[in-house]
Amino acid sequence: MTTTPRAVRRNSRPAAPPDPARPLLPASEQIRLLDPAGAPLPVHPDYPAPPVEVLVELYRRMVLGRRFDLQATALTKQGRLAVYPSARGQEACQVGAILALRDDDWVFPTYRESMALTARGIDPVEVLTLLRGDWHCGYDPAVRRTAPQCTPLATQCVHAAGLAHGEAYQGRDTVALAFLGDGATSEGDFHEGVNFAAVFKAPVVYFVQNNQYAISVPLSRQTAAPSLAYKGVGYGVPSEQVDGNDPVAVLAVLNRAVAHARAGHGPFLVEAHTYRMEPHTNADDAARYRDADEVASWQDRDPVVRLETYLRDRGALDDTTVARVAAQAEEYAADLRERMHDKPTVDPLTLFDHVYAEPTPQLVEQRAQVRAELAADQEGAG
Amino acid sequence: MASMTMAKALNTALADAMLDDDRVVVFGEDVGQLGGVFRITDGLAARFGDKRCFDTPLAEAGIVGFAVGLAMSGLRPVVEMQFDAFGYPAFEQIASHVAKLRNRTRGALTAPIVIRIPYAGGIGGVEHHCDSSEAYYAHTPGLKVVTPATVADAYSLLRSAIDDPDPVVFLEPKKLYFASAETQLPARTEPFGRAVVRHQGTDATLVAYGPAVPVALAAAEAAQAEGWNLEVVDVRTIVPFDDDTIAASVRKTGRCVVVHEAQGFAGVGAEIAARVQERCFHSLHAPVLRVAGLDIPYPAPMLEHTHLPSVDRVLDAVARLQWDDQPDERWVAA
Ligand SMILES: Cc1ncc(C[n+]2csc(CCOP(=O)(O)OP(=O)(O)O)c2C)c(N)n1
Ligand SMILES: [Mg+2]
Repeated sequence: MTTTPRAVRRNSRPAAPPDPARPLLPASEQIRLLDPAGAPLPVHPDYPAPPVEVLVELYRRMVLGRRFDLQATALTKQGRLAVYPSARGQEACQVGAILALRDDDWVFPTYRESMALTARGIDPVEVLTLLRGDWHCGYDPAVRRTAPQCTPLATQCVHAAGLAHGEAYQGRDTVALAFLGDGATSEGDFHEGVNFAAVFKAPVVYFVQNNQYAISVPLSRQTAAPSLAYKGVGYGVPSEQVDGNDPVAVLAVLNRAVAHARAGHGPFLVEAHTYRMEPHTNADDAARYRDADEVASWQDRDPVVRLETYLRDRGALDDTTVARVAAQAEEYAADLRERMHDKPTVDPLTLFDHVYAEPTPQLVEQRAQVRAELAADQEGAG
Repeated sequence: MASMTMAKALNTALADAMLDDDRVVVFGEDVGQLGGVFRITDGLAARFGDKRCFDTPLAEAGIVGFAVGLAMSGLRPVVEMQFDAFGYPAFEQIASHVAKLRNRTRGALTAPIVIRIPYAGGIGGVEHHCDSSEAYYAHTPGLKVVTPATVADAYSLLRSAIDDPDPVVFLEPKKLYFASAETQLPARTEPFGRAVVRHQGTDATLVAYGPAVPVALAAAEAAQAEGWNLEVVDVRTIVPFDDDTIAASVRKTGRCVVVHEAQGFAGVGAEIAARVQERCFHSLHAPVLRVAGLDIPYPAPMLEHTHLPSVDRVLDAVARLQWDDQPDERWVAA
């Protein structure tokens, strides 16, 4: 047996093929275009900053969104809403996602996305119908191209894949964006959704708002991955992680993700590192699982302040505009308060209207019974 | 008329529906090239292309959730769960989304999806391949739940399911897949919501569906030797349920036995018995009885015949219908 000298063997070894996983992996650091105080960082080759007028609009909708959110929390205290899951602190994500989309794209929101839906131009009273409790969805999802807010965690991830595939199948260039939280990435339907979208090359953007907690459970209990964005590579899906409190970076990264999907390259996964400043909902007591120092440390990265500083420094925003936007926000909140003041009227007979296209004989019977009960109640009252 | 199996009738129904409506897409596990493990989708991918009949990743929640999204985009998905017990991973999608989409959006979005599920036993299947899961679905408002017992119904009910504006869980009795009958397709039988009298009788009514219908018919045949003339009603569509046909039959005969393969406790038979008593109390000469599977996890193949409703068990129940005006001695306090 002849042996090849070591040096020769090493020299004759073919060049290692490029690692196919490499292009799918997120940057090892969060993409960031502004520093925490709002000063611009060096230009990023993959993520050009969006045009300044778009950023001013982003700012405007974030201010309105925050004001809406505060108003909704206040409405819970007045008993006008059954419950409200606040997105305060997540404005860059909530609004950035909407600005990255066209009006005819589809959005798959969760219970957390009330602010995003108002940013989409949906009437805030219609948005709050679910939480006020007069029906499960107040807006017309077909017209708004916005699925009803989804509560069973991650189940919307598969719907987004199906919708996006169906649209592409019928020759339309619609993109679907599915919102989800850090906790929801542990659910099977997240994995099934991303996998289906990847296998069928469906144009979906999966947008994870990692706000560090799933109710009380911290991220470390959801995953041992370096970051949630690393979950894409196993499905062949390119991914990115972004500073979710940097509005410029969020929009820049989502713009790229949407463009990737729309160009027919399949799904894209974005993880935004952010923080919810409020408890999980008004009914939650966050002091039981996180301390005030932690919350305060995120206060310094406030996305609205950060964008305002940046735009002022660029000369794109002045006191007049800031005041005008603030006034708009107050008007918006006042109108919402006003319209949420009265209890809505609900009609028990509508309970039977949409179970099936045609009610079953059993539902017809039950409807008649409820109608008779209502009539008897009226007689008793009258 | 040609002799045809239920499997072929189902296959033809899918092909005809795809031919008539471009929006119909068929997908699931092994349904493409292979044609499904029971060959119900045989030839569809070759005929209509792999965009309209295709294999998916192996994930049932994914399959059903994908169908929800496709329906939202305007398509008409027909999906296959490979076996009854493998539909369970999809249960959340079915119960929380498929069943509720129309209601939660007040009709703005709908889910005209057909979920085909080969179900029930009697084929010597190993664990997890023989469940009768109809009660889970029937208990979920918003779903229609359908199960054919004849070859013509298999074709017609599947066509109706695909045309239906609401989601349909379409339960295909495995045991009957390869039973054949003289059938001319395209057959159109009674619509959804209509039960059918399969055998006329005067003494007692057997109510059955799916794989229990042939058992009930065989029992009616055998009962003649004992001097009983039994009527057999095939439920066909568990939801929507046809109270009228069943109540009319029981008012005529005055006695009723419900027969199904699923375990009896909290099963569809309990619902039927309750409904019959609510409607026919004054016509009944005996309590409504049930002949159902035992309240056990589906048994191993060598024991399944003990579990399944048999002609003898049905006849034993009929014998207990207080023919001599004596109460059933099992229920009389000692
Ligand atoms: C399938 C399912 N399990 C449990 C719940 C209850 N639940 C509602 S929100 C939530 C936490 C979700 O956390 P995350 O995904 O991080 O989103 P966030 O609320 O932080 O926006 C839980 C456990 C649910 N809605 N759905
Ligand atoms: Mg979270």
